Amino acid sequence: MYDERFPGLRRRGFLAATTGAAALALVGCGGGTDDAAEEGSSTPKRGGRLRAAFAGGGASETLDPHLANLFADVARAKALYDKLADYGPDLSAQPRLAASWESNKTLDRWQVTLRKAAFHDGKLVTAKDVLYSYRRIADPEQTFRAKASLEPIDLDASRATGDNGIEFVLKRPTAEFPNILAAFGAYIVPENAGETSDLDTKPVGSGPFRFVSFAPGRSAVFRRNDDYWEGAPHLDELEFVVANEESARVNALLGGQVEYAHELNPTTARAHEGKGQIEIVRLRNSAMQAFCMKTDRAPFDDKRVREAFFLIADRKELVDGALSGAGVVGNDLFGKGYEYYADSLPQREQDLDKARALLRQAGAENLKVTLDTSAVAAGFTEAASIFRDQAAKAGVTVDVKMGSKDSYWADILDSGTLCCYRSGAMPIEAHISQRLLTDSTTNATKWQHKDFDALYQQAQSTRDKTERAAVYERMQRRLYTEGGFLIWGFADWILGTARTVRGVEAKAPANTLDWARFDKVWLA
Amino acid sequence: MSKSPRASGLRSFVARRLLLGAAQTVAVVLLVFALTEALPGDAAVALAGDQPDPARIAAIREAMDLDRPAYERLADWAAGLLHGDFGTSLASGRPVAQYITDGFGPSLLLAALTLALLVPLGFGLGVLAARHEGRLVDRLVSGVTLAVYAVPEFALGVLLVTVFALKLAWLPPTAVGYGTDLLGHPAALVLPVLVLLSRPVCSLSRLVRAGMVDALASPYAAHARRYGVPGARVRYTHALPNALAPAAQQLARTVDWLLCGVIVVEALFVIPGLGTVLLNAVAERDVPVVQGLAVVFGVLTVVLNLGADVVAHRLTPRAGVAA
Repeated sequence: MYDERFPGLRRRGFLAATTGAAALALVGCGGGTDDAAEEGSSTPKRGGRLRAAFAGGGASETLDPHLANLFADVARAKALYDKLADYGPDLSAQPRLAASWESNKTLDRWQVTLRKAAFHDGKLVTAKDVLYSYRRIADPEQTFRAKASLEPIDLDASRATGDNGIEFVLKRPTAEFPNILAAFGAYIVPENAGETSDLDTKPVGSGPFRFVSFAPGRSAVFRRNDDYWEGAPHLDELEFVVANEESARVNALLGGQVEYAHELNPTTARAHEGKGQIEIVRLRNSAMQAFCMKTDRAPFDDKRVREAFFLIADRKELVDGALSGAGVVGNDLFGKGYEYYADSLPQREQDLDKARALLRQAGAENLKVTLDTSAVAAGFTEAASIFRDQAAKAGVTVDVKMGSKDSYWADILDSGTLCCYRSGAMPIEAHISQRLLTDSTTNATKWQHKDFDALYQQAQSTRDKTERAAVYERMQRRLYTEGGFLIWGFADWILGTARTVRGVEAKAPANTLDWARFDKVWLA
Repeated sequence: MSKSPRASGLRSFVARRLLLGAAQTVAVVLLVFALTEALPGDAAVALAGDQPDPARIAAIREAMDLDRPAYERLADWAAGLLHGDFGTSLASGRPVAQYITDGFGPSLLLAALTLALLVPLGFGLGVLAARHEGRLVDRLVSGVTLAVYAVPEFALGVLLVTVFALKLAWLPPTAVGYGTDLLGHPAALVLPVLVLLSRPVCSLSRLVRAGMVDALASPYAAHARRYGVPGARVRYTHALPNALAPAAQQLARTVDWLLCGVIVVEALFVIPGLGTVLLNAVAERDVPVVQGLAVVFGVLTVVLNLGADVVAHRLTPRAGVAA
């Protein structure tokens, strides 16, 4: 499932100084309104061409939707293809190509009914296409990103029930099965499309736009699909262009060379917000910001030390400093504002006296720890040095260690004790299953507890939603008290648009259905 | 007839330099391979990104043949190179040759335009300053070139974009969306070429000025003047060639530099050239692409420096250029 992968950032980090200089050169004084792009919208107007600038993957880019890795890949994939479901603003699964889903009593068999939708070549989307797509992703010989998300499905036992019905057989009860249908990269391609080179050269999807041309690392041009099942897009044409430097994306937007610029810096946003030249759109709750404590080794194998670290963090200062204020404080729980989020727990504040006392009890006075960080994501190095200063006030010496951008995520998975971490939007259930179970593949906090695993299984086997929410709350309460994630904030995802662009949804964390949704956008 | 010993001397000089150049290119490729291998992580780790599931990384590694020993991969690649095959990219499976040909056009265009403007500008300013040595024009030219030389490319680029593209709106701020068809949008090339020109013009004109000043003060120039040779002839046929020899070598170094300088300029102005390809390939640990580019850059550097040495050899045979 998706997590902001940001290999893009490995590349984008290169000219950090340039970006800073650009921001300085252009800086005015900040302030302004949110989601201004939504204001003054009238009836949608048809026609026109929208150019959208994204950070991309260079000459190795592909249009194969199952290989999607970067935001640019996903934005292109969702223009050309559909998934069976996608995430709403609260990360709950919303039906897309699936018109409906229904489970048996034990939640291990699900009947999915497809809506009437056609591929760009006129053929209807059928159960065969769905099963082909899922089997291609799950191919043991391949390494498609969504493979891990589809793992609960027993694809050999699943079968088509007519042209537009599929019975999915699961390996175990999975109450959140619809989340799997919405998984990152689980797009539906026509049967056998992967056997030809068509996916890259002339892709045929069921999405709102049809393929026109593609030059890897440069641009992709699509045009309106008049027969789109959800209604034709307003735009005639959509062009994705690749500009890896943030300053280049902003400049292109300011100079009228593009109408939509994805992923801007908070400083840029502040400089241009409310200035009338361009519109700044902030997608709230998009990127979780955290420090990861490895709970299986000293000093963090003692939960008093973990709690002390929770109390050392001045979250407001971290958000203001590392995110330039573009975000909200966190409460050591993933998924603020998402479905099942335990928002009844009190907001944790800095309490240095209590932190000191806890460290003393744990026999960890004059504690020294190494904090791994890297320029792999915006704000990482800043957050590390701010936290170092905060920890010093509680008598903890934090030694900040800079790591390589390109291998950061693999490096911090098993080694070290404390590291910077971030994650894109995903359902809370997915965050737990990917990172907090004994057999999770990316368990960076080494949170391995049989009773916690059992609670997760219990939630997945609970049919009633209120009861399930209660189980999730219990799990979150435990993580809040003694977990390994010190989640200090949630960063906004910042977009810039030309003043003529309308219909850009602001209540859509990056990577949800309404993010980068160009079929709903029009030019005034 | 009297020329032949000199010509054969030049030939053996060129032959020796070519051999040396080939050895240098091989050394560069080996070094690049070793350094890329020494970088933390490999293409599989880079591709897995923040999903570093060990099983997935192992599978990617196997699919990319990265589980084979490094020397075997290098040998395979070198064997292919002998047939003119640059191999295929690890990240995309597309041929490396395609990466190079796609990226070559824009970079070459930038370098050629820059050079075409650099030579007259650099020499003109240098000669102008030398003619007015110590006077206002000289001090103005020297002062400005020194000041511009001190500004890093990216800072100058940002400044130029802000003033000429965003404030005055005379020129497009980037080349985004133009792809490789840069000639069709000449306005988009103005700022990148200006940025690329800025520093080489300064270093070249200062070298030409210094060479000219030295030559004009030399005994042979004074002697020529005593014979009544006109001032212009002394300057352009006697003094200038002596100033050209170091300048020609500086020019060759400039072309090397241009190939690196384009990385910054390409990123800033979104021009899809070789610099961008290199940057992405290193980040993706796409070793075959990096190696292919190392060969191209290595060969270019060797050939250009050889050309410069030959020119210097012709201009000042007595300097005795060592191979």
